[in-house]
Amino acid sequence: MALFQISEPGQTPAPHERRYAVGIDLGTTNSLVACVRSGVAETLPDEHGRHLLPSVVRYRTDGAPVVGHDAIAVAHEDPLNTIASVKRLMGRGVEDVRRLGQSLPYEFSPGDSAMPRIRTVAGDQSPVAVSAEILKTLKTRATQSLGMEIGDAVITVPAYFDDAQRQATKDAARLAGLNVLRLLSEPTAAAVAYGLDKNPRGVYAIYDLGGGTFDISLLRLNRGVFEVMATAGDSALGGDDMDHAIAEWIMREAGIQDDAGHRQMRRLLRDARAAKEVLTGAEKTTLRVQRDNHEVWEGVLTRTHLNALIDPLIDRTLPPCKRVLRDAGIRANEVDGVVLVGGATRIPRVREKVSQFFGREPLADIDPDKVVAIGAALQADVLIGNKRDEEMLLLDVIPLSLGLEIMGGMVEKIIPRNTTIPVAKAQDFTTFKDGQTALLVHVLQGERELVTDCRSLARFELRGIPPMTAGAARIRVGFQIDADGLLSVSARELTTGVESSVVVKPSYGLTDNEIEHMLRDSIAHAREDEEARKLREQQVDADRLIEAVESALAADGSLLDVKERTEIDRSIEGLKAARGGNDAARIKQAIKTLDGATLAFAARRMDANIRRALTGHKLEEFGAPGGKPTS
Amino acid sequence: MAITMTQAAAERVRKFIEKRGKGEGLRLGVRTSGCSGKAYVIEYADKIEPDDHVYESHGAKVIVDAKSLVYLDGTELDYTREGLNEGFKFNNPNVKDSCGCGESFNV
Repeated sequence: MALFQISEPGQTPAPHERRYAVGIDLGTTNSLVACVRSGVAETLPDEHGRHLLPSVVRYRTDGAPVVGHDAIAVAHEDPLNTIASVKRLMGRGVEDVRRLGQSLPYEFSPGDSAMPRIRTVAGDQSPVAVSAEILKTLKTRATQSLGMEIGDAVITVPAYFDDAQRQATKDAARLAGLNVLRLLSEPTAAAVAYGLDKNPRGVYAIYDLGGGTFDISLLRLNRGVFEVMATAGDSALGGDDMDHAIAEWIMREAGIQDDAGHRQMRRLLRDARAAKEVLTGAEKTTLRVQRDNHEVWEGVLTRTHLNALIDPLIDRTLPPCKRVLRDAGIRANEVDGVVLVGGATRIPRVREKVSQFFGREPLADIDPDKVVAIGAALQADVLIGNKRDEEMLLLDVIPLSLGLEIMGGMVEKIIPRNTTIPVAKAQDFTTFKDGQTALLVHVLQGERELVTDCRSLARFELRGIPPMTAGAARIRVGFQIDADGLLSVSARELTTGVESSVVVKPSYGLTDNEIEHMLRDSIAHAREDEEARKLREQQVDADRLIEAVESALAADGSLLDVKERTEIDRSIEGLKAARGGNDAARIKQAIKTLDGATLAFAARRMDANIRRALTGHKLEEFGAPGGKPTS
Repeated sequence: MAITMTQAAAERVRKFIEKRGKGEGLRLGVRTSGCSGKAYVIEYADKIEPDDHVYESHGAKVIVDAKSLVYLDGTELDYTREGLNEGFKFNNPNVKDSCGCGESFNV
């Protein structure tokens, strides 16, 4: 017998034509799936009524991987085959992983592949494949909960995820048999869950303190579009650290040695976590812990004492909050709303500190563990067509500018950061040298002016440009970003139509801190970047001039007398010397000098060229009055 | 005869309307469509029309238009869980046969 859900007035679908799309929060510690049913967005529980699915996958020799609670339960017995926090590896290259590797307990297989692979009893697994297992489990849950096959999903990613990390997430979804309607940034999803996108405009802070990571994002809403003004955070700070702080306190109080066994440590952490959760509602709780000598220690933890234990951790979230405000150039009292995300924001002390910092009560009515998934479900419901079109079409923005390398190692930004996507932009470029037949297109991401300070995303060559004088070819480079923030770049020479293109795929990634640094550095180094750019521009001008004068000298050097030639040679040497230095003004001056020295030479060349062109022809041939055009 | 809701169904309706933020009650109806001739309509009711019949069960209203009532009279609406799936279920004495899944039916 069919089970029915309530529709909006006039929106009841035809039989068998109801469509569902789910929202998935693919988290570092936990993942969730949510769906809009009867007009209400709710997360879907498993058969035991648990909404959170731990993002943990255990590989076995016999049978399919085990995901979630069951994988955690045996994690300590089989640590090498039980993969947790795989999100930290998404879209990362082998090099990045080597750096992170110190803190990860897995074995990575050596190989030439750019993608790191984790060695397990069930073969080498890529982070994409591990994430796909988590997604498959959520997909199955959704299919069972909704009574039909679920294929479409909106999946959330951190605001700072770059193209490689977004592509990896999409690949994982495809592997799990899910069609990604779009990737949505986590802070944007949280804002959508609270319906903030219905406001005409505003600035919102999304404070996300999860199990193992802290993120703070400032969003600016303008006419239904959220732009990420700034993000910051700490990729190694969360509720788990609080559990450790409490467990250490218990060990001190109960006289348990530092070298407590693994089993005991797990028990302590579980007790610590339970105490923390009780103290969200209660003022004190009693702890009973078995010591090594089987005596039972009993102690009382008050909320005041808990606060003292975790205050140093909470305080570490405040500098990033200050930083995003500074980056965005606004004051705390200009923030129109604060949204709490992540289980650790249930702790009263966290709310207290956040309220203090922003000077307003944060929004916290929606379960902070579920808020991101709920926002994603609302967006999925719109994208699948269950809402009237005018209601909501949420746009997203790119987090870092995208551009091209131009002469002199400079970056020409084609699409500035915070541009709403999807977007397509094109710009025309030309050749730098006479007879140049190929152009290297180097795609870069970042805010800085010089190539060396930005992140290289891709390189490709456009070949087959017909030989022409420098500056005559017209090469149109197009940047296209789809709704998921994935980039494709094409280059086309307009006279011949030769074309070449690239889709940016995962190659290697940056750590969260590095991305944050890139944003921060661009502000911190704005002035010197400007100077550097000026210098490079002058250097490029100098090179172009030297090249032109030298090729003119080679062709028409005979037009000059010794004195003129010496002066030009001296000016070229002067410019070369200046170009080698760091003084943009000096190069500019030297360019002027060489320009001046070659003025007469240029005029004489022009005359000579005209004379040469005219030699052997009658004036009439050039259509002079009275004559007849020859052709 | 009348249309009734079980306690479970009424509670869900009240909860959904509260979350939705507006609505008079639940509108049930029947329209011609589907593989077995008739299909149920189950929607939020934002207003009650003059010809509507209104029934109240456990503090929640069911609203039915006069034409649909012919096919629905005597129906009890339940809210049940089947495995992980949950939703409203029609116990309609007028139904002679329905399609395999029960989304459409014949009277």
